[in-house]
Amino acid sequence: MSINIQMPALSPTMEEGTLTAWMVKEGDTVKSGDVLAEIETDKATMEIESIDEGVVGKILVAEGAQNVAVGTVILQLLEDGEGADDLSAPAATLLTPSPPAGMQAQDGVHNEGGKMDPVLQRDERDKRYDRVSPPVQSTPVEMDIPAGTEMHETSIRDALRDAMAEEMRRDETVFVMGEEVAEYQGAYKVTRELLQEFGAKRVIDTPITEHGFAGIGVGAAMGGLKPIVEFMTWNFAMQAIDHIINSAAKTLYMSGGQMRCPIVFRGPNGAASRVGAQHSHDYSSWYANVPGLKVVAPYDAADAKGLLKSAIRDPNPIVFLEHEMMYGEIMDVPEMDDYLVPIGKALVRRVGTDVTITAHSRMVGRALEAADILAGEGISAEIIDLRTLRPLDSNTIIQSVKKTNRIVCAEEGWGQSGIGAEIATRVMEQAFDYLDAPPARVFQKDVPLPYAGNLEALSLPNAQDVVNAVKEVCYED
Amino acid sequence: MANIGKTTKKELLQLYREMLLIRRFEEKAGQLYGMGLIAGFCHLYIGQEAVVTGVNASLKDGDQMITSYRDHGHMLALGMDASGVMAELTGRSGGYSKGKGGSMHMFSVEKNFYGGHGIVGAQVPIGAGLGLANKYLENGKISTVFFGDGAANQGQVYETLNMAQLWKLPTLFIIENNQYAMGTSIARSTAQKDLYKRGLSFGVKGVQVDGMDVLAVRDATKKAARHARSGKGPMILEMMTYRYRGHSMSDPAKYRTREEVSEMRDEHDPIDMVKNRLLKEEWADLNALKAIDKDIKSIVGDAVEFAKTSPEPDPSELYTDVLLEVDL
Ligand SMILES: Cc1ncc(C[n+]2csc(CCOP(=O)(O)OP(=O)(O)O)c2C)c(N)n1
Ligand SMILES: [Mg+2]
Repeated sequence: MSINIQMPALSPTMEEGTLTAWMVKEGDTVKSGDVLAEIETDKATMEIESIDEGVVGKILVAEGAQNVAVGTVILQLLEDGEGADDLSAPAATLLTPSPPAGMQAQDGVHNEGGKMDPVLQRDERDKRYDRVSPPVQSTPVEMDIPAGTEMHETSIRDALRDAMAEEMRRDETVFVMGEEVAEYQGAYKVTRELLQEFGAKRVIDTPITEHGFAGIGVGAAMGGLKPIVEFMTWNFAMQAIDHIINSAAKTLYMSGGQMRCPIVFRGPNGAASRVGAQHSHDYSSWYANVPGLKVVAPYDAADAKGLLKSAIRDPNPIVFLEHEMMYGEIMDVPEMDDYLVPIGKALVRRVGTDVTITAHSRMVGRALEAADILAGEGISAEIIDLRTLRPLDSNTIIQSVKKTNRIVCAEEGWGQSGIGAEIATRVMEQAFDYLDAPPARVFQKDVPLPYAGNLEALSLPNAQDVVNAVKEVCYED
Repeated sequence: MANIGKTTKKELLQLYREMLLIRRFEEKAGQLYGMGLIAGFCHLYIGQEAVVTGVNASLKDGDQMITSYRDHGHMLALGMDASGVMAELTGRSGGYSKGKGGSMHMFSVEKNFYGGHGIVGAQVPIGAGLGLANKYLENGKISTVFFGDGAANQGQVYETLNMAQLWKLPTLFIIENNQYAMGTSIARSTAQKDLYKRGLSFGVKGVQVDGMDVLAVRDATKKAARHARSGKGPMILEMMTYRYRGHSMSDPAKYRTREEVSEMRDEHDPIDMVKNRLLKEEWADLNALKAIDKDIKSIVGDAVEFAKTSPEPDPSELYTDVLLEVDL
């Protein structure tokens, strides 16, 4: 029996690829570990290695073939002592296993595929995002852009990069440091090309030493620089949280206002996909708890850019929470020389009359999806994108609740002592008499994030959860 | 080729089997990832098999192991069930963590495996803590902590080395120096590259070992284990090794040349080294080796079958295992 070698998926989301080169020809003897072929996905080229030994019987897909579906038999390998006669016609078994049941729960984007390495999955993910993400329904009523400004389609990843590049051009004391930010161009490619433009003095690769380099960043800020410290993910900043809080956040106060610490700590926060409990933690409420910090969590590309630029210019320590699953999303960014979005101001993304929904980061997308569903059922939801978690823009929320008389606070993290708990309290303190129903919250289930696809899908809040909560406060169903 | 130590037919065949099981298991895991059955991060141990196999050969029953997310090989070496490990990779209820941990997070109280840790360097003090417990309980066990060249730069490693020496903890610090931490070569992350010297200022002895040579690993570990077990405190073993694959499944590993990888694979492969010795000593012929290969393939094949057919965890499992019930 010959061995059929199939087009592999280099990530669970890859559906097809280009067979750029064969490294073997018919008749060659291969042993395990030999490179058989080179395959190209969107931007990455990977080698396929043989795990079997044998003689290359037949090559079934020509070099250069594009759009070869995952699972297509591309080569037949003859095992010891077999001849060409042993080649069986490859059954057209396309190996696209149906993912375990729960993997394609409602939450399409999140659960469709696993997360891979931070290294290159972004390409695949970008594609996927383009395909499945709902159109961003924003009515940016408060966005402050001069009329006639052109818009430029940009991924959130590049919007963040552009923000850093612009600020680095503007201010020589701004520099970036973190793991894999320079030569590797960023674990998630957010710092792509910064090394090329600004050189190794200003784009610094660190060893895996979060506590140490966060402290060095704080010292550099006190010493007159404006560091941007990238954490590969915020999960790893737990190694460094002492410096973020004790050294960065408290110094201005402890020094009676003398000692400044203008620093931005940034990186992806919250759950990615199928990476388990230690890599999936949403820190929003942790940092929002700390006086002396400003905490920013943008949803779209324009805010990612405008808020990051403001953060870099801000003389205070800033915690800037990005979302890995959003990096590839492509959205409009205004073409302006200097697009700044003020820290501390929420944005009404959709105007509505029946209920207020607050959310930040990726959850804003879920809330907008929910608003669409609700609109179909005759409920008009107003969506507030918090954008900054500290200082929290209570005013925008309170004004909205005074109009709608109902509120649902949605977040991806855990509920207890969460952002929603805080907002609900403020609403009760400041607009109690306007409420027609107790505030409702939507949040992650109160467990560490499980790895299994079905359990993960059950853990994370989605649009339907928001819809259900809205119906609850509207006393529907 | 590195010098190969004293051994017997029985021992060498056993080491061969153990390493081959890891290799074949990992190759299969890579394939299942390609098929979308494994998701998230999946870090393969291919190329490094001699390290854990050689260390394990010098440990006694009850000695403990703890490591990072690159953990499949350690579990197989300790005799954990290949099916249970594979089913955890696919996130099924038959996995060691009932599907709730994934590739990076598995544990076995029975086999003295203390995990699978995702935060670089975090397992190092925990492993020393196992040593503290051993000393406290006077149980005669030693703990072995595995970590990478990248992890060796984390501050908590040095806090740990100091305490471990101060308190003479029975712990071996085993650095798997595979030359890279993700895309960063050791030369780009480390001011002083001899990682075995990292404990010197605390008085922790260290040796550098050819980590591609399972017998060299076995011998170095044997000595170090004797040192630790006899109350003299910890030691560092820097295992010089190499990972053939990318950091995790989808890393194209463009930060090193293909030549560099093939040179290691062709000239220093830990499994080939043992295979050649077995043939040279006439302890096995090609047919015998093939039979072993077939046997291993069938173990791995069964594991895959189990990992595919074991059901997903029941939704009720979402809420279990967060805290223990207390009944005082
Ligand atoms: C505290 C922390 N920082 C960063 C990461 C991301 N990360 C995962 S593995 C890795 C490289 C580690 O390299 P090394 O210690 O040499 O181990 P190897 O992967 O080579 O086995 C990095 C940076 C992490 N998991 N934890
Ligand atoms: Mg390494």
